[in-house]
Amino acid sequence: MNSLFLLSTAVAQTGAAQASSMGLVDILLKVLFGFAAIGVVMCFAALSVVVERKVAAFIQGRYGPCRTFIPYVMLIPFVGRFLQRAGLMQLAADGLKFLFKEEPLPSHVNKFWFTLAPVMSLAPVLIASCAIPFGFFMYDGTPHALAAADFDLSLLFVLALGSLGVYGAVLAGWSSNSKYSYMGAIRASAQMVSYELTMVLSLVPVIIWIAPNCESPLSLFDLGMSQSSMWNCFMFPLSAFLFLVALFAETNRQPFDMAESETDLVSGFHTEYGSFKFGLFFVGEYGHMVLGSSLFICIFLGAWSPLPGLSYPADWGWITAVLATLTFLAKIAFMIFFFVWVRWTLPRFRYDHVMNLGWGKLLPLSVANLVFYLVLAAFVK
Amino acid sequence: MKEEKIIDVKDVAAMAESGEIGERMIVNMGPSHPSTHGVLRMVFELDGDTITKCNPVIGYLHRGSEKVAENMTYNQFIPYTDRLDYLAPLCNNVAFATCAEKIAGIEIPERCKAIRVLCCELSRIASHLIGVGVYGMDAGAWTVFMYAFTQREKLYTLFERLTGARLTCSYARVGGLARDIPEGWLGDVASFANQFLPALDEMDKLITRNRIFIDRTEEIAVISRDEAVNWGLTGANLRASGVESDIRKDNPYLGYENYEFDIPVGTKGDAYDRWLVRMEEMRQSVRIIRQVIDKMPKGAWHVDDPRIFAPEKRSVLTQMESLISNFVLTTEGPNLPKGEAYFEAENPKGALGFFIMSGGGGVPYRVRIKGPSFVSLSILPKIMPGHHITDVPVILGSLDFVLGECDR
Repeated sequence: MNSLFLLSTAVAQTGAAQASSMGLVDILLKVLFGFAAIGVVMCFAALSVVVERKVAAFIQGRYGPCRTFIPYVMLIPFVGRFLQRAGLMQLAADGLKFLFKEEPLPSHVNKFWFTLAPVMSLAPVLIASCAIPFGFFMYDGTPHALAAADFDLSLLFVLALGSLGVYGAVLAGWSSNSKYSYMGAIRASAQMVSYELTMVLSLVPVIIWIAPNCESPLSLFDLGMSQSSMWNCFMFPLSAFLFLVALFAETNRQPFDMAESETDLVSGFHTEYGSFKFGLFFVGEYGHMVLGSSLFICIFLGAWSPLPGLSYPADWGWITAVLATLTFLAKIAFMIFFFVWVRWTLPRFRYDHVMNLGWGKLLPLSVANLVFYLVLAAFVK
Repeated sequence: MKEEKIIDVKDVAAMAESGEIGERMIVNMGPSHPSTHGVLRMVFELDGDTITKCNPVIGYLHRGSEKVAENMTYNQFIPYTDRLDYLAPLCNNVAFATCAEKIAGIEIPERCKAIRVLCCELSRIASHLIGVGVYGMDAGAWTVFMYAFTQREKLYTLFERLTGARLTCSYARVGGLARDIPEGWLGDVASFANQFLPALDEMDKLITRNRIFIDRTEEIAVISRDEAVNWGLTGANLRASGVESDIRKDNPYLGYENYEFDIPVGTKGDAYDRWLVRMEEMRQSVRIIRQVIDKMPKGAWHVDDPRIFAPEKRSVLTQMESLISNFVLTTEGPNLPKGEAYFEAENPKGALGFFIMSGGGGVPYRVRIKGPSFVSLSILPKIMPGHHITDVPVILGSLDFVLGECDR
């Protein structure tokens, strides 16, 4: 939370400085970019629902959703059939169901917080998505981030907003006035707070290492650019691993889905939710996954470079921009596949084992990792 | 043992007001809850996340099977036995029919015995597949459940060819079977057995040595040898606690003494041992199935007694005596002498016992069913306290019960 406070003051100062020099067109453009970034995240979140179901079916030897169809769309040759087989119509049906179902508001809940909770779980993800550089383009001979908001502290910004997602779970659990939700919320908050430490500590070596050669090491764009020669996951394998594990915990994905833990807590913190409010939680969860994947790609997985040690040449102009963006999106797709793959392979941890793992194993490991790179950095210098 | 009050949810507010439960929390699970298999309801008293008291509440699936049995012939009751342990209907059919045959004092032909053994073992695999699959799912490993289900579907296709139904088979009859095995069926069973073992190994690789799964199940819900015996546990739950007891070995029926198989026994009696025992029992069942197929005797598949078993359809259509006996059998039931018998069969869930009291004729005077699931559930208040609430699904999964049999 400290980081959030620092960040807000920093952003406010730079924002105030910039606002005076910005015209109306600039602001409108920024808003447009913001919507585009949100659109990318939402698209991926929606697609990852389909991917989840399809990959799960593939892993388990089933077909997955393949029968739902919309009558007139089916008349389009090939495309309609493909949409049906790929389960995309199922996605449309589910989405519409969430939208049009009756909106239940149980009488025993605290109505204000109950309604706010799903918003709190989705909004930070969407806001943070504005700082994700999905690609880069060349302008005046220098690369620029393809992000709605590219600023020096974007890494900190995304991390801080990502950790705000826990408020959605806590609010939902508290306001639902149900014991299952309550326990789910407690687990979610404890788990997210514990793994936040590991997550940040695993990042510090990377930042320390690249800081001397980099103008703003806390910017996602610069972090991505610094990997054109070598991906960070090979230079900092332990950091990458720790970050990935913490990411699973942060996004509440199996094997860390304590907050939902459907076998004992029914649905955890969103037990009392239905229709559109549940849909918001649902999309928020997958949006979080997309956001976390983008973060991991930016920091460790080489951002826009297609292969380790390889990057698109700068003199190709807009082709580079398109290729870089496509590479980034492909990597997000791979990361989502990875998330799904793990979910359908591993059993769920027990809640106290999660805490033991977080505090007893991952945290010391991340501290040791940090110390190792600090010593190394001192010697190299 | 101290008498403990059953906590009801409506009492909780009063208890909280009077300070009876203090800081502790009452949580109700079931009868409609994803982790309670069937309609089991449990009321927990929690201290933080730790269970301090557990009260299982049963009876939501009570259908009065025992009373129903008094109003119909023996063969008419066979479909009701399907609904006891609905994951292993063939075993239940066989157990009931064998008990009735015990009263009649008839010996069924060798081929009938062999087919019944085959059915029981296939059914055991089907039931254990669901047992371990759901257990895995309770621990969060969905894919194990799907792997298990795929295999079980293959088994059910075999059952369908044999009996005409996938779930409620109703295959056994007093003195025989509903019909002989169809042409080519044995070969398909053999090929199922051949592909089943690799599939089981795959499940093993996926979860049995998985660190997360072992962490979740080891030292969980330990039932010591003495406890298991004292609480009257049967079946895999008893054997996991280290008691080498299997009715198929101790008191062989249907010619089980002619087949070679081992009884897997656990060492610690924890949830992990129960998993291992079930996995191994499936392998042993495959062993038995292979032996049965090799030795399948030829000849009659039902007793040749017109007062017990209906004559062949062809002779019913052509001979008057057969027609009469068929009519009498259908309306009045198999003619059993006066007497009573208790028979216990080693079912997948444990020892399923039938006590039949016959007043003579085709309708039982009284039927009593001893369901192993009821016994397995009765130990819950003993083993639950001290565990984390997240362990509840794992413990329930490890005990592998079916409420249809518990509530009857």
